[in-house]
Amino acid sequence: MLLKQLTEASGVSGNEKEVRDLIIAEIKDHVDSFKIDRIGNIIAYKKGKDTNKKLMITAHMDEVGLLVTDIDKLGLLKFTTVGGVDKRILVSKPVLVGKEKIDGVIGAKPIHLQKRQEWTRALGIDELYIDIGAKSKEEAEKLVQIGDYVIFKSDYIEFGDNLVKAKALDNRVGCSILINLIKEVTDVSFYGVFTVMEEVGLIGAGPAAYEVDPDISLVLEGTLCYDMPKLDTHLIPTYLNKGPAISLIDRTTVFDRKFREKITSIAQKNNIPYQYRKTSMGGNDSGRIHTTKEGSVTTTISVPCRYIHSPTSVMSKDDYNHTYDLLKAILSEFKREEL
Amino acid sequence: MNINFNLLKDIVSVYGPASNEDLIRDYITNEIKDFVDEIEVDALGNLIARKKGNGKKVMISAHMDQIGLMVIDIDEKGFLRFTNVGGISPIISLSQNVIFENGTIGIIYAEPVDDISKLKLENMYIDIGAFSKEEAEKKISIGDICIYKSDYVENENVVFTPYLDDRVGCFVAIEALKSIKNPANDLYFVFSVQEEVGLRGAKTAAYRINPDVGMALDVTSHGDTPKAKRFAIGLNKGAAIKVKDNSIICHPNVKNLLVKLAKDNDIPYQMEVLEFGGTDSGAIHVNKEGVPSGVISIPTRYVHSTVEMASKNDIINCTKLLVEFLEDKLEI
Repeated sequence: MLLKQLTEASGVSGNEKEVRDLIIAEIKDHVDSFKIDRIGNIIAYKKGKDTNKKLMITAHMDEVGLLVTDIDKLGLLKFTTVGGVDKRILVSKPVLVGKEKIDGVIGAKPIHLQKRQEWTRALGIDELYIDIGAKSKEEAEKLVQIGDYVIFKSDYIEFGDNLVKAKALDNRVGCSILINLIKEVTDVSFYGVFTVMEEVGLIGAGPAAYEVDPDISLVLEGTLCYDMPKLDTHLIPTYLNKGPAISLIDRTTVFDRKFREKITSIAQKNNIPYQYRKTSMGGNDSGRIHTTKEGSVTTTISVPCRYIHSPTSVMSKDDYNHTYDLLKAILSEFKREEL
Repeated sequence: MNINFNLLKDIVSVYGPASNEDLIRDYITNEIKDFVDEIEVDALGNLIARKKGNGKKVMISAHMDQIGLMVIDIDEKGFLRFTNVGGISPIISLSQNVIFENGTIGIIYAEPVDDISKLKLENMYIDIGAFSKEEAEKKISIGDICIYKSDYVENENVVFTPYLDDRVGCFVAIEALKSIKNPANDLYFVFSVQEEVGLRGAKTAAYRINPDVGMALDVTSHGDTPKAKRFAIGLNKGAAIKVKDNSIICHPNVKNLLVKLAKDNDIPYQMEVLEFGGTDSGAIHVNKEGVPSGVISIPTRYVHSTVEMASKNDIINCTKLLVEFLEDKLEI
C-alpha cells in the first residue's frame, strides 16, 4: 500500500532521496516529463487539455527527525533535531540511524535515579542519547558517522474507526494524494511538484516556484489536529473526520479570499465535507510560492493529523479520501477553466 | 505646497486589511488615474501606477493594507472569535469598535480576566449584537476580516486617527504624484498589499518592476512623549530619513542624497535609527541583483492603535522631500 510505503520510508529534511526514489518509481510512467532540480525537488509535468492558467500542485517530501552530532566514549550517539520536534516525545522511542537503518533507542536516566525535581520537567536534548547497542566509540563508528540522519521507527497501522497511525503523515499524505492524482487524472495539464526541506524553512518550494512560475498553486499538507472536547471551539485548529482543512491564515500566507471561496464552493457542489484550519500558527510551502517572482494565488488543503511531528501521528482515512475527492473536483473545474 | 488634508481624512477610513485591499485599491485608482500613464494590478493585488520619464526607474512604495482581525469561529450564541492579521495588541483592542467590509459593526471585548496585562487575543471576542449563531452567520463568514473603526480628528498641528499606518504614506505618494508634471525619472508608484504581514506585496511588485532605485514611505515610531523609550524622532521636527530598521540598512547614497536635498531645499528633517520593525524597502532592496533603497518616514505616535498621531508639517515636509528626490538625477 502506497501510504504505508511512503510513511515508512526515510526522508528527514535534506535527506529525501529514499522518498524521492519511491515517488519517481510511482509516477514516471504517468507523466510527460519530470526532473530532479538542483536542490532536490521533483518537478513533474503532466500534459492534458491546454488551459489559460498554469497550475502547480505541491507536497513536501521531507519529515522532521534527528541528526547525529557526536559519538561518545561509550558508543552512545548525541543528536540534534531537524525541524520542529517536541523534545518531550523523544525518551524511549525506537529509531533507525543512517543509510543502513541501524536499530537504536533514545535513552535517558531511569526514573529511579532522577531527582524529584527532574520528574517535573522534560529532559533536554543534551540529557538524551541514542543507544545503538555498541560497546565502544570504535564499534559505534563502524556503523554510524556524525551527520547521519535518524528517523523514528514506527509501523504504519490501521486501527479504530478507519484511522491510521504512522510517522511522517506530515506530509506523506500530501505526497500520496499527489501521486494518485498524477496517476488518475489524465485530461488536465498541471505541474506536480514534490519539494524538499519544508520542515526547516520552506526551502525547496522557492526554487520550485521560481522554475515553474505558476498562476495558481494547490499546496497539499498534513496539518495539526487537536480536537479534544474540553477546548472552546475557536481553539480547535482542526477536527478528525470533518474533512479536508482549508487554510485561512498562517505565519507565511494570508490566503486569497476569492480563491478560498472558489474551493469551498467546489466542495459544497460536490457534497464533500470540509473545515477551516482555525489557527494562524505554523506555515507551509504556500508562503514561498505565493511571493515568488510576480506573485501568484495559492490555497493549502490539509489532512488533519493528530500528534503531528511525532512517531505516532494519527489520521482518518475518510479525511484522506475526502481530500483526494476535493482535489479531483478542483481539477475538473480547472479543466473547464473555471478555477 | 498645497496639501489637501480632506483626502487624508477619506483615505484613512477606506476598508483594506492585508489581503482584502480591493476597496482601497479602487479608491486610490480613481484618485490617481488622471495623473499617471499606466495602471496595473498584479496577482497579489498591488496597484502599480507608472508616470513615465526618461531617467532612472524608481519604485516608490506605500502600503495600502491595514492591520485587522480575522474571524476564525462563530460560537453558538453568535460571538465571533478572531486571530490577528498583522500586529494587533490585545490591550489596545479591548473595547474598540470594528467594522467589516460589508459595513457590519461590532465591538471587541474579553472573557473576564484577573490580570489585564495577561490578556490574550484567544480570550477575546467580537460582539456584533447577534443573538444566535444563525443570526451572526447572515452577516459574517469565517475568514472575514474587520478593521478598527474610530474617528479622524485634526487640529492646526496634528491629525489623529486609526490607520495613518500607512495611509499617510499613500497620501504622501498621491500628493507627490499629482504635483510632479514632467517626471525626470521613470516613476512606478506602488500601493502595496500585505506589508503588515511581512512585506509580501512589495516583494512581488519589485520583481515585476525591477527598479534601479527603491523608496518606501511609511510611518515610524516616536520618542517624544512622557518617559517614551529613547528614540530620536519627534513630532513636528521634520521628515524622518531612515538610516536603518530591522528590514534594511538604507543605501548610504540614497540616505545621503535625501539629507542633501533636505538641506538644499530648507526642508526640516531628522535621522531615524529604528531598532525594530521594517517596511517595503526591506523587500525591495534585496530584489534580483539588489536595489539601492531608502525610506522617508512620517514620525507617528501610538502606531497600531486607533489614535495614531502625526504632525501636519511633517507630512508636508515628507511630501516635499519625496518630490525633490524624484525630480533629482539620482546618480546613486
